[in-house]
Amino acid sequence: MTPDPQSSRLSGGPGGFPFAPPLPLFLLNPILRRIVHRIAVQNPDMFDRLGPHRHAYFLIDPVDIPFMLYLRPDPEALDFRAVGRRNPPPHAARISGKFLDLLTLMDTEQDGDALFFSRDLIVTGDTEAVVCLRNALDDVDDPIAESVADMFGPPGRAALNALRRAAENAQKRKGAKT
Amino acid sequence: MNAMVKPELICPAGTPAALRSAVDAGADAVYCGYQNATNARNFVGLNFTPEEMEKSIRYAHDGGTKVLITLNTFPPAGKVELWKEMVDLSARLGADACIVADIAVAAYIRDNYPDLRIHLSVQAAASSPEAIEYYVREFGVKRVVLPRIMTISEIKGLVQEIPCEVETFIFGNHGLMVEGRCSLTNYVTGQSTNMDGACSPAACVKYERAADGSMSTILGDYMIDRFGPEETAGYPTICKGRYKCDARDGGYYAFEEPISLNASTMLPDLISAGVHAFKIEGRQRSRAYVKKVVAAFREAVDSIMAGQEPKLADLVALTEGQKQTEGALKTKKWR
Ligand code: SF4
Repeated sequence: MTPDPQSSRLSGGPGGFPFAPPLPLFLLNPILRRIVHRIAVQNPDMFDRLGPHRHAYFLIDPVDIPFMLYLRPDPEALDFRAVGRRNPPPHAARISGKFLDLLTLMDTEQDGDALFFSRDLIVTGDTEAVVCLRNALDDVDDPIAESVADMFGPPGRAALNALRRAAENAQKRKGAKT
Repeated sequence: MNAMVKPELICPAGTPAALRSAVDAGADAVYCGYQNATNARNFVGLNFTPEEMEKSIRYAHDGGTKVLITLNTFPPAGKVELWKEMVDLSARLGADACIVADIAVAAYIRDNYPDLRIHLSVQAAASSPEAIEYYVREFGVKRVVLPRIMTISEIKGLVQEIPCEVETFIFGNHGLMVEGRCSLTNYVTGQSTNMDGACSPAACVKYERAADGSMSTILGDYMIDRFGPEETAGYPTICKGRYKCDARDGGYYAFEEPISLNASTMLPDLISAGVHAFKIEGRQRSRAYVKKVVAAFREAVDSIMAGQEPKLADLVALTEGQKQTEGALKTKKWR
């Protein structure tokens, strides 16, 4: 089996998980379900780009938070939930990166290939499935991050803006280092 | 001396959202293709359905942007039907030009749609005045996209000799092979870049992680590179693979390195050479890439034309392997 995708570039910061939410997963999962259903209703065409990979399970691994996300982007049987790190469920592909990098991808502000070149994004498993998912998410009208923020009204948008600023600062720090 | 011609900025789009980003960022023209073998970026999950193309052309035209459709692969002998259908469709949807590589496709456009502009794809690898004159004379080609093997002074000489417009690449993935002739991917994956339209299809690519953080790129049955934990990575194509060979110690980029073309510092020279259009590579990239690169080059070209020093945005983060080159434009010995 492929080892856990951890590299020196992708380990969590000192002190473990800087974006650790205090929520138990069973509280998080109904919210995630609501989010994915809303996105699916808003963007019915995006599933076409997934072809047969809409039935695949993707493990999305924000390496600096204590849980992972498990997604099946099948409009007939949508599934999106948080799962623990100990025993990852079976998946076709795993996408790992820092939470803020994954967020900027969802915000269509970051280019996935650039993150891959810099080794800030790690893909294992079915590469074709990941490429299709990437293209599907990139072709939505409004960036997914924005749609999710909108669901939570002004607090959601404020949180997104704060995260965007954090992502921008992280980007600048990275630029300064290279 | 002739007045400087303002070159068109020709921008990539792999999805309707990317096309809209390119239009909004100031593209003069967008190039894009269908979801089939007529398109040299025939990757799964990418490209346009006929309905998407129709809507996208409308969006582009409303924004004053042209749409150039890539029919830039070579039909296998006797199987030109799909290419003809895509020409018919493009003409019906109001495309501004078709970018073609194959003479059968060019002849079909010439005979059936004399008002539809033909741009000769880089895949045709036409770089001599004689070759280009042939395409202009026989098929009425209006513009040639030059292979990425010429210096600026060669381009300047060519522009003066040929009776059509010239388009050059200024940014993006950099293939050194004789374009349109590379068979490396067929050898490994069984699929043809030039006829099926896909180099290193994702279904044939695997990335394997080792416990030390290194990553191997596997294409088909071959490992084509292994990147150390701190090394930047490149595309999974054979031409950018690192191989062991007797003549060198360690891994060796036998064909070329993971690196992207970035000609931003050479734009003034290319404009004075009389180039009519600047092409940005990257239909497989995200709309974030399209937005950033198009906006940067829009501002650079506009500044140069206004007689100002262009502000050159730092685009290195978007380049393959996070390395850039001015390629053959600067010197034939660019490697
Ligand atoms: S192997 Fe390289 S040169 Fe050959 S078709 Fe693929 S990208 Fe182009």
